[in-house]
Amino acid sequence: MRKSFLRTIMVLAIMTVAATSLVAQNYAIVFKNTGNPYGEKQMAGFKTGIEEQGFQAILRAPDQPTAEAQISIIQQLIAQKVASICIVGNDFDALTPVLNQATAAGIKVFSLDSSVNPAARLTHVNQADSVKIGQTLVQAAYDMIGGKGEIAILSATSQASNQNLWISYMKQELTLPKYKNVKLVKVAYGDDLRDKSVSETEGLLKAYPNLKCIIAPTTVGVAAAGKVLTDKGLKGKVFLTGLGLPSEMATYIENGVCPYMFLWNPIDVGYLGSYVATALVGGKITGAVGDKFSAGRLGNYTITKAPDGGTEVLLGPPFKFDKSNIEEWKTVY
Amino acid sequence: MSERSISVDRPRSLKRFFFQWEWLLVLILIAVNVINSTLSPYYLNFGSLVGSTNSFLDMAFLVLPMTFVIILGNIDISVASTVALSAVVMAVSFNAGAPMPLAVALCLVVGTACGLFNGLIMVKFKELSSVIVTLATMIIFRGIAYVILEDQASGHFPAWYSFLAWGSVRHVPFILMVFAVCAVAFGLLLHKTSFGRKVFAMGNNLTAARYSGIKTDSVVVAVEALTGLMAGFTALFLTSRMGSTRPNVAQGYELSVIAMVVLGGVSTSGGSGRIGGPILAVFIIGYLNYGLGLVNTTANVLLIIVGSLLILSVLVLNLRFGRNRHPAPPGAKMIARGKVPEEKA
Amino acid sequence: MSGEMIKGTARARVIRSGEGFRELGLLVFIAILCVAFQLRNHSFLTLANIKDLLDNTAILGILSVGMTLVLITGGIDLSIGATIALAGMTSALTGMVIPAINPLLSILEGMAVGLVIGSVIGLLVARFNILPIIATLGLMNIVRGATYIESGGAWVSSYQMSDGFKALSTGTTLGVNNLVFIALVIFVLFWYFVNHTKTGRRIYAIGSNPEAADISGIPRRRLLWLVYATMGVLAGLAGVLWVSKFASAQGDTALGYELNVIAACVLGGVSISGGSGKASGLILGVILLGMLNNALPLINVSPFWQQFIQGVVILAAVLTNVAVKRNNIRLALRKRAI
Repeated sequence: MRKSFLRTIMVLAIMTVAATSLVAQNYAIVFKNTGNPYGEKQMAGFKTGIEEQGFQAILRAPDQPTAEAQISIIQQLIAQKVASICIVGNDFDALTPVLNQATAAGIKVFSLDSSVNPAARLTHVNQADSVKIGQTLVQAAYDMIGGKGEIAILSATSQASNQNLWISYMKQELTLPKYKNVKLVKVAYGDDLRDKSVSETEGLLKAYPNLKCIIAPTTVGVAAAGKVLTDKGLKGKVFLTGLGLPSEMATYIENGVCPYMFLWNPIDVGYLGSYVATALVGGKITGAVGDKFSAGRLGNYTITKAPDGGTEVLLGPPFKFDKSNIEEWKTVY
Repeated sequence: MSERSISVDRPRSLKRFFFQWEWLLVLILIAVNVINSTLSPYYLNFGSLVGSTNSFLDMAFLVLPMTFVIILGNIDISVASTVALSAVVMAVSFNAGAPMPLAVALCLVVGTACGLFNGLIMVKFKELSSVIVTLATMIIFRGIAYVILEDQASGHFPAWYSFLAWGSVRHVPFILMVFAVCAVAFGLLLHKTSFGRKVFAMGNNLTAARYSGIKTDSVVVAVEALTGLMAGFTALFLTSRMGSTRPNVAQGYELSVIAMVVLGGVSTSGGSGRIGGPILAVFIIGYLNYGLGLVNTTANVLLIIVGSLLILSVLVLNLRFGRNRHPAPPGAKMIARGKVPEEKA
Repeated sequence: MSGEMIKGTARARVIRSGEGFRELGLLVFIAILCVAFQLRNHSFLTLANIKDLLDNTAILGILSVGMTLVLITGGIDLSIGATIALAGMTSALTGMVIPAINPLLSILEGMAVGLVIGSVIGLLVARFNILPIIATLGLMNIVRGATYIESGGAWVSSYQMSDGFKALSTGTTLGVNNLVFIALVIFVLFWYFVNHTKTGRRIYAIGSNPEAADISGIPRRRLLWLVYATMGVLAGLAGVLWVSKFASAQGDTALGYELNVIAACVLGGVSISGGSGKASGLILGVILLGMLNNALPLINVSPFWQQFIQGVVILAAVLTNVAVKRNNIRLALRKRAI
């Protein structure tokens, strides 16, 4: 008799606590900049996930991809007393003080896509294993050039944290004996600007006339390189791969300049982030290694150790786009 | 024969006093605050209003000397790069082992040195406009920052350093206090010292100023050095706000600073302006961004609002005053055309 | 009396010839730079690379012509980057919805967008006396925001553009790339306009001395409006060509590009305070900047040194120009006949 009474009280108490924690809460995501379709899709996925769990989503992005602008946005979010902030960082370190302020105010902070310093975040939602991305891209280049030749990397800005991470793993992969005939001649920075990426690609082609493959792990860079290679009629002589938007790369995959490239679904990344947010706020996870949570239609996930010393959640392996599936994906994102 | 006298005293009246650019800016500032309060319940409290100032006050340090630069008739678009270089030098020297106070001093020294460099080139090569000189140095200074720090970040400052941007004394942010002191200092310098008079004189008519004995070269160099010094201040507070620095910090600051100065009623043709206007403009734009951000206005809409505000304010103020902010004394225009004004009984 | 008159005309001749040599310093500097780059990488002065250089500089050239007109009147236009983005995005979106549209109509559409923006600026500056820097700074924000809103945050990608549209920038006319051809035509028109038409000369007058221009009956307001409208049209044209060249329309296209254009103009000897600027100098300024953008990736320096080198080259070019000019004036003065 007493046991069932106690049990009822406990259930009622838990329900009350759960109910109060479900009262209109705002979950915020801050992307790198506005007008970026990749970011728009990511934020849309986040919003879908948050709303299907019954909360409100706040989507913010600055008009310029600077850390200063994101700091101001985060300050505004702190003043609005949001429940959690999901940050896609423009700078790995510069957001630490303001994110610490958010944490001190009781807000759950985690990063997504472009990570921030582990000291400032509870966990990080990574679209794919960074090491795997580096390995996959180098392997792709190796296969395209037939195992030997010169390759170059065209990156975004020199301080982009995710690009730098992938490049470091690419360089690490290249030290393996399998790649002894593959030589990385240069890492060029296109700053994610079309015109600069074009100039840098043309520069690479002229500075290294024996260049066989360009790896561009950035959506603007890989599309710019694709255009240059197409215009110069270098299909089959210089190969291209990297991380690109299917919509931007459709032309270059179809015409063969880029045999295949990789990315992941940004909508899924955002969606996963939304479940991380609610799990953190609801106390289901703390961001420690081994924490498990459910992410709606994506299934169950476990938090793992991240190479930068913090923790992360991996969405899955990178997705390959080639002639067989580009038609279907180019209209999605 | 009656005496003719030409009066150059501006008639003082309450109406004229209140219809100045600065008071209209105050009105705009109040309007911005009213709108913000109605939009969001989080806006109108002391902590929010005063605490949010640290997000826009680091730029404000640059507005003070830029007022001098524009009154002189020049322009300086290298300020953001000076900020970046000063910050990078400070961070690198600290991490190389220098004690923090020395690194801070080095930051200010580097900033001032950049300003001196600008100033010296401007006076030695007077054929060059300030735009082209500062355009070149804008690229050079940031280029040096990139050479020093490449793609790394540099930080790990002592714990007390974050007090600069984030600390407050009795709920008043430290940065606000420092800015207030600087604003008063610059205001006194511009309006109450002979140096300030010289700046105005040079802005109005450089040749006349030179021929009346003003050492125009020294003034230009001094103003540029001051700009560099304040860029160092901005670097200090910005770096404290971010806890680290890179070569790409403060991008785009120069345009925002110039916008604030011009919104503050300082004409780019030189020779006129008051320090109060740009300071008010800092708060107008700062609070506008903050208040609209509190209701999560998208960046796209925010751009349009800020751009429209800029144009509308200047439009309204121009319609009121034409291009002359401070109307000429009676009879002055007639004198300029060679006629003699009527006597006023 | 007559002695003074002779001195007066001699001095005038001296000063004019100093101006004529103004571009010499820049020309010599470019030549030296060419040699330096060629030594560093032998593929710099190849036909293929020069073709790349010209292709990439054509758009900069078109914009510089418009900006020169604006600068001559003593103004400035900071909104051209945003105009490029809006014009390009609009024509790309139209082309996406109406794939069969004639590419030339796309160009006209972009120019129309640019015309509207330029007219608004001209109205604000000429009619309402707003300082050009403020009017264009405000409009830069507004137009950029409008571009993001119009595109809904999405890009228009290569597969959504018709081949005709993309061929605008890759095709050739009379053996020369379309972009270069258009740029050359515009340069020739510009040269003719400022040197041989009444309106063109009047624009110099406005920049030189606005009050005097007003009093001597020059329709200052109308001409100011015309200048900004022209800049707008050229920016709109550049926008369509840009989007065609890169086969992609983004919201942040040409962010900050106005500074490149201003740099090219000022390098070419156009004075910021108005009243002077020649086509010959402008071409050299544009080429110098284009050379830098082209050669820096080629010469195999660390990418972290690129910006520093670019700044030093620009500063050196400008200082050299000044030094040469001073030297010429001094030499000419020595030679004057008394």
